[in-house]
Amino acid sequence: MKLLKRLVPHPIFSFVLLVVWLLLNNTLSAGHILLGSVIALVLPWATAGFWAEQLHLHKPGLALRFLLLVLWDITVANIQVAKLILSPRRKLRPAFIHYPLDMDNDFAITVLAATISLTPGTVSIDVNGDHSVLLLHGLDVDDEAALIAEIKRRYEAPIKEIFGC
Amino acid sequence: MIDAIISIFLIFGAGFALIGSIGLVRLPDFYTRLHGPTKATTLGLGGLLIASMIYFTSRGEVSLHELLVTMFLFMTAPVSAHLLAKAALHLRIRSEIELPKWDK
Repeated sequence: MKLLKRLVPHPIFSFVLLVVWLLLNNTLSAGHILLGSVIALVLPWATAGFWAEQLHLHKPGLALRFLLLVLWDITVANIQVAKLILSPRRKLRPAFIHYPLDMDNDFAITVLAATISLTPGTVSIDVNGDHSVLLLHGLDVDDEAALIAEIKRRYEAPIKEIFGC
Repeated sequence: MIDAIISIFLIFGAGFALIGSIGLVRLPDFYTRLHGPTKATTLGLGGLLIASMIYFTSRGEVSLHELLVTMFLFMTAPVSAHLLAKAALHLRIRSEIELPKWDK
């Protein structure tokens, strides 16, 4: 068990690498499975020095649900933004928003920022030095406090739960 | 029948890509224009990728490359938008609304 852990320090990363390799080559032939496995084992080991920290998926099931939720929201976001773009001469209400962060982990914040960028009417711009505020730009903001509460409930809470931080 | 479905996805995707480009022209300032390429185009590309997946799969060869394109797009689109926005804010590029006070 210990040997296995030393050989495969990042099982999820290795698994994803193998799947990506097989998808890239669009095949399930034995040769490519072998080659992909070698890459999946060597790459995490070779890059281990660059990894700032280890993050564990505490709730994989919730992560999957979250992914589906985000995919759905991306679809809705696209249609909303398309409407905003096409509606004739409607006055937009763009705004810069200071979003207070409740978590401190680099990776979790990155996931949150990416999610915010992909979903309805918001793009994340920057995070401040001590990881307490995320600066966002909203395309058409009606109520700033409501938007912050919505992001907290819909995205930040599940991300915190998924990574357990 | 399959041709019709593929066409619908192609037109749907191309339509959203077009809307994204229109947004780039019509929106008033740099920061609002950022919303075009990160959003309207993701769904546009999604439509085209689904069409491509159906087309190649219907010809007998299962094609799942498109899932990778989606994955990489979702990873890179927010990063490029983030870099553009950060650079713009750093250079204090003109905006319709007042720029925020922001020091790191």
